[in-house]
This record gives sequence, structure tokens and C-alpha cells, in this order.
Amino acid sequence: MNNIIKRYIPQILAVLFVVLIFGFLTLNAQTNMDNRGIDFGFDFLSQESSFDVQFSLIEYSGSDSYARAFLVGLLNTLLVSFISIIICTILGVIIGVARLSSNYLIKNTAAWYVEFFRNIPLLLQIFFWYYAALRALPMPEKADAWFGVTYMTVKGYYIPAMVWENLNVFLYCGLAAIIAIIVLRNYANNLRDTQGKQIPVLLYSVALLIVLPLLSFLFGGVSLEFEIPELKKLSKISYIYEGGISLPPELIALVLALSLYTSTFVAECVRAGIEGVSKGQKEAAASVGLTPNQVLKLVIMPQALRIIIPPTTNQYLNLTKNSSLAAAIAYPDLVLVFAGTALMQTGKAIEIVSITMLTYLTISLTIAAIMNWYNKKIEIKEK
Amino acid sequence: MFKIIKQLTSLVAMFAVLFAFSTETMAAKKSKTLENTKKRGFVRCGVSQGLPGFSNADESGNWTGIDVDVCRAVAAATLGDATKVKFTPLSAKERFTALTSGEIDILSRNTTWTLSRDADIGLTFVGVNFYDGQGFMVRKGSGIASTSEFKNGTSVCTNLGTTTELNMRDFFDSRGISYEPVVFEKADEVVAAYDAGRCDTYTTDKSGLAAQRTKLSAPDDHVVLPETISKEPLGPVVRQGDSVWEDIVRWSLNTMIEAEEYGVNSSNADMMKTSNNPAIKRLVGAEGELGAAFGLDNEWNLRIIKQVGNYGESYKRNIADTGILPDRGPNELWTKGGILYVPPAR
Repeated sequence: MNNIIKRYIPQILAVLFVVLIFGFLTLNAQTNMDNRGIDFGFDFLSQESSFDVQFSLIEYSGSDSYARAFLVGLLNTLLVSFISIIICTILGVIIGVARLSSNYLIKNTAAWYVEFFRNIPLLLQIFFWYYAALRALPMPEKADAWFGVTYMTVKGYYIPAMVWENLNVFLYCGLAAIIAIIVLRNYANNLRDTQGKQIPVLLYSVALLIVLPLLSFLFGGVSLEFEIPELKKLSKISYIYEGGISLPPELIALVLALSLYTSTFVAECVRAGIEGVSKGQKEAAASVGLTPNQVLKLVIMPQALRIIIPPTTNQYLNLTKNSSLAAAIAYPDLVLVFAGTALMQTGKAIEIVSITMLTYLTISLTIAAIMNWYNKKIEIKEK
Repeated sequence: MFKIIKQLTSLVAMFAVLFAFSTETMAAKKSKTLENTKKRGFVRCGVSQGLPGFSNADESGNWTGIDVDVCRAVAAATLGDATKVKFTPLSAKERFTALTSGEIDILSRNTTWTLSRDADIGLTFVGVNFYDGQGFMVRKGSGIASTSEFKNGTSVCTNLGTTTELNMRDFFDSRGISYEPVVFEKADEVVAAYDAGRCDTYTTDKSGLAAQRTKLSAPDDHVVLPETISKEPLGPVVRQGDSVWEDIVRWSLNTMIEAEEYGVNSSNADMMKTSNNPAIKRLVGAEGELGAAFGLDNEWNLRIIKQVGNYGESYKRNIADTGILPDRGPNELWTKGGILYVPPAR
């Protein structure tokens, strides 16, 4: 009896304590809000927002609701995180491998890159890329064309817009190509395991990816035209490009800063992963006659990935959360649009901050879940 | 077992402390702001992060401006010393939360009085210390002389969390012009981006434009367009639920304006005690018991006029002499063709 009390009483008390603290905080907030005539509720979400947003992936105007404004902010956050994660992964792998190079110049350049970008506060880097870009980039009328049809200007990067006809046919062909590749890979693996024959899967895959969509152009009635940005005069001295798509400088600066900063951490994860595989593995693989490429692909990488994935997941989560610094340079992300403008216009601080927190939590947990699934997939499977 | 009892008692003690604390904060719903201010010895005032003429700190940390003077007047009235103010610089985004959460007691930060702010979010506006309106600034070389010359695709730099964002949408939507809003959290960032050519125009309250123009690299290359697209009555704000404190702030501001109306200023206030005009005598505490209504002594208004000055002095010192808006426009007394008009102090 005494033992049971000893074991459970402290735990029950601890739980009770936490519950009471939360209860107290809620009650206190409730009382203070009552005193000041503020009411709590989420009705405001369906009200008209009456403010505009600079850049949106979905149709949005001031006559839409606050809920739609939330969605606009959320999609912008996801967009910048998604692009930055891809870029930082590619950069990170290259830099990480470069740090292990036997070439003195490559090795040291990579090391300097890592030390430089990871040791400067991210907010400063964001300001640097934004204001440096704004100062350095030409006004629209003075911009030279890049690749003939795109213009990098102080007001944004203007690229041609694609105008599709029968886009769905094209997408179905792409999908068909991907399914065909998966079938082909399974068949090739099977062939290798049972008969010991190898077929050039990569070559066939690339061919499929090119040929099938190409067929859709020839026989599926798909057509693609480009709408090229054209200079338009706004006043005596100010111009803008019309037509095409404009990527705002805020987005570009943010992606640059986030991916350069995070890639240094990813690079260190990659280096740690590769160095974590013992030398004997490499030597043993080489001694059974595998080519250096095969050694890397079949022996080193599968083992290194197990070390790389968990810490890299952390970096992806950090990047997503860091994207909230966007508000400093006017990129309309979740924090700027929803926890900024919408909060100010409605005054619903507690509601909006809790929604924003929950949203970031959900995004982070989703990324963690995907990476955990991937980690499970590549971990050692005992046969 | 003994150990557990000991743990239990300490836990209970902790809760007792917590709840004692909580009942104290809850009892503060009556007029405690004045009491707390006296106990603390200074007035807690929220101001801008630097808007010349309204609230701006110099190199040594001294705050000046007409918004600052409202807080100084309250300090003079309640504590007897206009310097006993603690200023908290706030962004537009933070200001209301700072006030409703009790971090500051007066928000005097060029804040526009609107219905939803007054009624919806636990704030009370006590008056207007500057009548303003939203305008646009453009580059002189652009040849734009009126807002009617804006074209589709104009990019507009402005501040986050202000009525500006809403007015701008009303303005462009009603004219059917598509525009690109570029919204920054801090005024300095807006200035930097506009200066770098990111935006074709910069919009905010006209007084703000006049003040921020001085921060541009070449102020003379920019011009504020003549049109005013909104009403922006700016004034001090207090928390809802403390009507006595609300009255103190309101009448501190009114005293400054009425003092100008009756020609009482910081240098002649003492002499006015012997004036023949009862209204003037009331204004300098020589007649009536006006302070008693707020729980203040009878010279509260005299101290405001002596230490801070009347509204005209404050305007001249902060806005006219600094070259921001030499012309008082609507912010002139009603007796001189403006719209400054306050209820009588009697």
C-alpha cells in the first residue's frame, strides 16, 4: 500500500499541478478579457478581411474572408519552405561531399562556406540579401534580358507565363510515364535477382519521361505558348513588366537566405553521415570488385543515410520555422498576413496567435512524420 | 510518508501564493491605474519607434513630440513632475496588445480613432490631438501630380497593422486600379525599400509622410500628393474599464487645448491666477474644485500648463519649428478657423 502511494501520489500531483496552472491561466485571461470587454471567439474568420496581399498562390482580394487570408499566408509559408528545402538539400549534399574531397581547394572552399554562412545570424542574412539586392538590381526599364525573355529587376524577377491548352492530357501522360518507370524498375530488380541480368533502367526512364509527354503534344492536342513580359510605362520615370509571372524580390531574398544558411547545417549532416561509415566497409566492397560508383551507391550511401536523415529532419523543421522571419522584409507569409495584419485589424490576439502556433506545429509534425517514414524505410531490415 | 506530507504542504503553499497573487490582480478592475501609477512613481506610456514631431528620441534618449507631451501632461497632473514618464517604443503591430495586457497605461502613438478599435478590442479613445489624413508620396521626376494618375500595376510601400492598409484597398478598389501592396513591419524598412526604388509610391498619414521624407537619401526629390484619401483622427488611447484614468488623460489633453484658447501658456500661467475671467481662473486651479473629481489636487491643470505648455506651444516646438508641417491646417483652434474644439473645463 505504502509503495503504491509512494509511486502514484507524486505523479497524480504533478498532473494535477499542470492542470491547475492551465486552469488558472485560462481563468485569469478570461477575467481580464471580460473586464476589458474583449470577447473570445472565432466568428471573425468568416468576416470580410478588407485588406489586400501582395503575392498569393490562390485568388484573393480584400472582399474575401479572414479564413481565406489565413490560407494565402499558409500557402506562401509552405511555398518558401518547400523551395528552400529543395535548394538547401541539393547545396548541402554538394558542399558536404566537397568537404571530404581530397582536392585542397575544393575542400577548403567548402569548409569556408560552411563556417561563413552558419555563423552569421539569419535575420542579418535576410536583410543583406534583400537590401543588397534592392540596391544592386536595375530598375525595370534598364534591365537586360536573361535568357532572352526574363528580366531581373528591383521590382522582381519577371519570367514568361505558360499558357497551356489541354494541360490535363499532358499531366496524364506524365503520370503514365512515372507509373511505367516504377513498373520497369520492379521488373529490372526482379530480372537481376532471378537471372543476374542488368538492364540500363536510368536510360529507359529518362527516355520514357521525354517521349510520353512529347507524344501528347503530337497526338493529344496539347499546346503550350509563352506569354512574355513586356515593359509598360507607369509614369515618366517608372516602369513595370506586364504579362508573364513576377517573382517578388522578397521571395527571392528569403529563399536565398534560408537555403544558403540551412545548407551549411545539411552539409555537416552529410559529412557526418559519410564519415560515420567505417573505412573497412569501403575497402571490403572494393575488394569484392565493385566499381567506386557502386561502392558509393550500394554500400556507403545506404548506411550513411541512416545517420544523415534524423539530424537533417531537424534542419528542415528549423528552416520552416525560420521562414517566419519573412515578416521583416514584407514577404506575405503566415506571420505577416495572419498574425500581423489580420491580428491588427481584428484585435483577436489570443485566437490568432493560437491558430498560428497550431499551424506551425502541424506543419512541423507533418514534416517530421514524412522524414520518420523515410527513415523507417531505409533503416536496417533484418532478413 | 512524512516526506510526502512535506511535499504536499509545500505544494499547497505554492498554490496559496499563486491564488493570493491572482485575487490581487483581479481586484484591480476598479480605478487602480492612478493608484498604481502613484505607487510606481512614473506614468507608463507607449509611443512610436521614432516619428519626428510625434514621438522621437534623441541621441541621449530624451523623448519629444506632441504625442509625448500628452503623457508628460498626465505625469504633471498626477505625479507633479512632467519628466516622470517611462516611454515604451512600440510597433504598430504591438501597440494594442501592450495596452490591453497592462504593460503600458497610455498609448499615445499617432493612433487612428475608429469604431472597431474603440468598441471591439477593449480600448477607449479619449480625444484627438492631431487631425490627419492618408496621402501618397511619389518621386518628383515621375511627373505624377495627382492620385488620379496612378496606373495598373503601381507598387505601394506601407506599414503593417495600420488603417493605411484598409484605406489603400478602398482607394484602389473603388477606382478599379490593380496595385501591389508591399507591407513592412517597421517604418524605417518602408523608407529604405521606397528609397531603393522597390515601390512607386509610399502611403501613410500625411504627417507621417512629411516626417519620414526627411529620412530619405534625397528628400527634395520626393513630393507628397495633394489628395487626402481618408480621415485619420489621431489621439491617445487607454484601456477600457478604468473610467477615472480615462477622464484624467482626456482632461489633461483638453486642458492643453483650452489653455491655448484662453491664451494661457507656460510663462504666464502663474500670473493668470489673478485673472478676472473665471474660466481662466478655473484653468489654473485658482477657482473651483476641478481636480477633486479625479482624486487630484487643485493645481493639476496649472502644472500641465507650466511644465508642458499649451497645445499651441507643443505644436510649435515639435511640428512647426522642426519644419515638418509649419501650417497648422485643421489642427488650428476653432476660433481661428481650425477644428480643434474641446468641451469646457468647469
